[in-house]
Amino acid sequence: MTTTDDRHAEVLDRIEAFRRRRPRLTDDLVTLAHGAGGKASAALVDAVFVEAFSGGDHGPLADAATLTLPTGERLAFTTDSFVVQPRRFPGGSIGHLAVHGTVNDLAVSGATPTWLSVAFVIEEGFPIAELREIAADMAQAAAAAGVRLVTGDTKVVGKGAADGLYITTAGVGMIPAGRHLGPELVRPGDVVLLSGNMADHGMAVMLARGDLMLDADIRSDTASLGQLVDALLTAAPSTRWMRDPTRGGVATVCNELARDTNRGVVLDEALLPIAPAVVGACDLLGIDPLYVANEGKVVAVVAPHEADAALAAMRSNPIGAQAARIGEIVAEPQAIVVLLTSFGGTRIVDMLVGDPLPRIC
Amino acid sequence: MGTASTTRERLRVTGTVQGVGFRPFVYRHAVALGLAGYVLNDSAGVLIEVEGPAEAVAELTRLLIEDAPPLARVTGVATERLQTSGTTVGAFHIVESQHSGSADVPISIDTATCADCLAEIDDPDDRRHGYAFTNCTNCGPRYTIVLGVPYDRPATTMAGFAMCSRCRAEYEDPGDRRFHAQPNACPTCGPQLIWRTTVATDALSGPGALDAALDAITSGRIVAMKGVGGYHLVADATDQQAVAELRRRKARDDKPFAVMVSSLAAARRLCRIDDSAAAALTSIRRPIVLAPRLDGAILAEGVAPGLPEIGLMLPYSPLHHLLLAGAARPLIMTSGNLSDEPIAHHDDDAVSRLTPLVDGLLQHDRPIHIRCDDSVVRATGGRIQVLRRSRGFAPEPLRLPFEAHRSVLAVGAELKSTISVAKRDWVVPSHHIGDLEHLATYRSFMQAIDHLPRLYGVVPDIIAHDMHPEYLSSKWAAQADLPTVAVQHHHAHVAACMVEHGRTEPVLGIAYDGLGYGPDGTLWGGEMLVADFVSSCRVAHLHPVRMPGGVAAIREPWRMAAMWAVAAVGSEAAQRRLVDRGIDSVTATAVLDLGERPSSPVTTSAGRLFDAVATLLGGRRRVTYEAQAAIELEALARTVERGDAPRYDGCMTFEDSVLDPTALIAALLADLDSGVDRALIAAGFHEAFGRATVALAATTAAEHHIDTVALTGGVFQNARLTEIVESGLRDRGFDVLVHATIPPNDGGISVGQAAVAAFTQQ
Repeated sequence: MTTTDDRHAEVLDRIEAFRRRRPRLTDDLVTLAHGAGGKASAALVDAVFVEAFSGGDHGPLADAATLTLPTGERLAFTTDSFVVQPRRFPGGSIGHLAVHGTVNDLAVSGATPTWLSVAFVIEEGFPIAELREIAADMAQAAAAAGVRLVTGDTKVVGKGAADGLYITTAGVGMIPAGRHLGPELVRPGDVVLLSGNMADHGMAVMLARGDLMLDADIRSDTASLGQLVDALLTAAPSTRWMRDPTRGGVATVCNELARDTNRGVVLDEALLPIAPAVVGACDLLGIDPLYVANEGKVVAVVAPHEADAALAAMRSNPIGAQAARIGEIVAEPQAIVVLLTSFGGTRIVDMLVGDPLPRIC
Repeated sequence: MGTASTTRERLRVTGTVQGVGFRPFVYRHAVALGLAGYVLNDSAGVLIEVEGPAEAVAELTRLLIEDAPPLARVTGVATERLQTSGTTVGAFHIVESQHSGSADVPISIDTATCADCLAEIDDPDDRRHGYAFTNCTNCGPRYTIVLGVPYDRPATTMAGFAMCSRCRAEYEDPGDRRFHAQPNACPTCGPQLIWRTTVATDALSGPGALDAALDAITSGRIVAMKGVGGYHLVADATDQQAVAELRRRKARDDKPFAVMVSSLAAARRLCRIDDSAAAALTSIRRPIVLAPRLDGAILAEGVAPGLPEIGLMLPYSPLHHLLLAGAARPLIMTSGNLSDEPIAHHDDDAVSRLTPLVDGLLQHDRPIHIRCDDSVVRATGGRIQVLRRSRGFAPEPLRLPFEAHRSVLAVGAELKSTISVAKRDWVVPSHHIGDLEHLATYRSFMQAIDHLPRLYGVVPDIIAHDMHPEYLSSKWAAQADLPTVAVQHHHAHVAACMVEHGRTEPVLGIAYDGLGYGPDGTLWGGEMLVADFVSSCRVAHLHPVRMPGGVAAIREPWRMAAMWAVAAVGSEAAQRRLVDRGIDSVTATAVLDLGERPSSPVTTSAGRLFDAVATLLGGRRRVTYEAQAAIELEALARTVERGDAPRYDGCMTFEDSVLDPTALIAALLADLDSGVDRALIAAGFHEAFGRATVALAATTAAEHHIDTVALTGGVFQNARLTEIVESGLRDRGFDVLVHATIPPNDGGISVGQAAVAAFTQQ
């Protein structure tokens, strides 16, 4: 009946209007939730930094800025800080992360990563030997990624003023002429790809930290995405949008995708690539792997007619061997991520406010 | 009669007075009493002006209150003396509805088919013989078909059906039972049944549709049937294979199915039905009634595996009556959905979601506007407790025991979600919405937020929500453009219980449930609060324990068992027990280790303790529906009379207002090891935990000079525990408040939130 359908449509409009709104900041003090990568983080960045730096102009908040030179050439520019504990874990170290994190932010913005700066904040008493190892990891990661570490800074703070070592890197890359990516290009029917098994990094770090008394062969996936992304963009020039699902995991970047495109993202539980050992560890910890960090993965949205080529290109790269089609873009529900569960249900995968906390009873 | 005794009065009738045959009722009496004037529906209720002999006006006023139609609930009649106009005697008429914006008029509940309509359906000579959409002003669909107010045919999903001349004549005749019956219909002009099989492309409509559906059901097939508030999945409840197949297709492992039977007599062949259960079963609300199953009841094994109770209901629409009469056997009538998803109510949605689950669909063309699940009540100890308040109850308002300072929209919790609106001295809880994380449920939640305030003319000043930051309802509230107030989960539970009993003075609330977010960031659920509508203060609680793996400890009760076993007998013995119960030692070690880490959340939940004890006594390690382990523990305990249960005196202690079951767990395990019957131990646990609760509550209440105790939270759905605590406190002279019409579980949270927010001044 028309009236019922109209009312239904009106309700949906209202759902969407509410969900498009960005979160409000109501806290007086910064909490760990503000750093967890979820809604609280977004609220903090929005209300404090975006407000102060751009007068409240809400554009999509990309991981890298695109800068156009007077000659018309475009640069991508980004920065990131690294504070992981432990500093060394199966599959890598804070040194690898400091290079890969910044390189990957450049790569997923469509740029060819070229130059990096690095700044160290070191706690008094930090072993020089470990510092050498970390520097060597960075050099090796940079060489593999084809970037040069061209400038840097070192600060030492008193004992207790920092937790060992913090590294900040910034990076610049060139964006090839004619390359364009952005949420405005995403269309219903587009295919969502993930370049490999999810949650490896987060679980590897948790196990290395001793959060779970379990021997499991789980290694961080920390890697440079430069070559994989190159291959993807060559095979699928229609690629619309990319993001590396680091802190907050695949669920969080998909929520950013849904929010920035105002489309729905439908993920299929049965298609999500994940290693059995990671499933086991997540089950034991009661953690949803969709929210766990990755450090060498990309979520890409491509046109349906290029999806197979894109997937083949990803899989031809060693770090993309487990790449999979994980879902698609739909017109409705707008700005919502849902998961088709293995028995046919449709569950909302929301952006978390802070750390996961049971809400069932 | 002389002119001296002539009077003219304006009578303002408030309450549930629209869509219930009130105006024809007034008309008949006014005409009979020789009064002149008119009656009309407006946004505030029913307005009457009458002129005539003073005694006749007084008689009409009395009849309004004492003789109102069956579905009406008159909450007030205000009279105002007017100038007489000299209108001629006998000129009384019904004036068309005044369409004036929002309304204070409660929409009637959906009610069971009345005896008059049933007689017509059964009468071969009646024009409504066998007609599945027969109704009148005394019965039929209301809330589920209402698009807006005032309640009039164009504002219902019947708007698309033009009445034939005979229906129109009934509709316009003030002396007819169908005068202004908005869903009035007959086979000529009204909704029709449609039968679709999943193999054939042609649909069959009209009377043959019902026969085709009956053929399918009685030959062991599964049929989706569109009812009043949504789709049901229907199968032969006596057919083992059909029931097993339904479980497989619905992906529902153990959660019990509801069964519809044709009559009270048929119900008595399956379950023990006491007077309160009989009254609930046959009431116009027609809820599902949980009642003890009889030995030898002819029902398939898979209807309610492992449970001593069956959820029964009687037919509440003509279609149900026809179906049950044709099938001549009990039928499974379970929500039309996949496990845990919301019930389907839109036809397109039903076809796409249910087609994979069924062999055919019995549909009709009267749209359902508001999804409304069957309500569920439990009959225990001669009392009825509502566990799910939905069809037949919603959207009936409840009285607040105070005048609200502001209008409120309360968005409830996360599971078993309801919302409520409050204004002046009433609060209206919505129908049962469900678990919000499902997209379709979340849409229902949004639809309810849009619909309910408009139906009741509530423009909220404030939104009340739970403190849990991750509830989708809390997140919705945080993004709405209105002031918000966070009401602590268990404070809301206690406030809901106070609303139900009309209390405003502080009470001691015992809130035992699965869990709710505490202001200290831990997960509460075994709490004693001193609370009123302004504030609540935690004065006692269960001993805190970690939940190893957070949410995993809810799905896998053995993890909670591990934590309590460690406390009671140490980690080595606990580990051995886990391995004996079939947990592999690597997993057991990892979980025991997690239980010592700050990354595992801390809880004081009583529900988790019941889960733990259930597992320790040999119950399931993993649950497939909420509170499954605890429900089975209660069932086990209830096989033992209270007087026969071991006492475990002195095992359950409290110190500094912290209730500590550690020694009790140790004693239970010792008994288990020495071969004591598990049912006895389960009963003993209930006794010891209940009595310790009574002792702590009595001490705490005395300290705070309080003589009223409210029992609330989902754990008080446990009838045995409720009996122990309630009788124990009554014996000590306390006034004990127990939930009856508002669910003790999270379905009642929005009522409590609304009350707290409405009571508080800006």
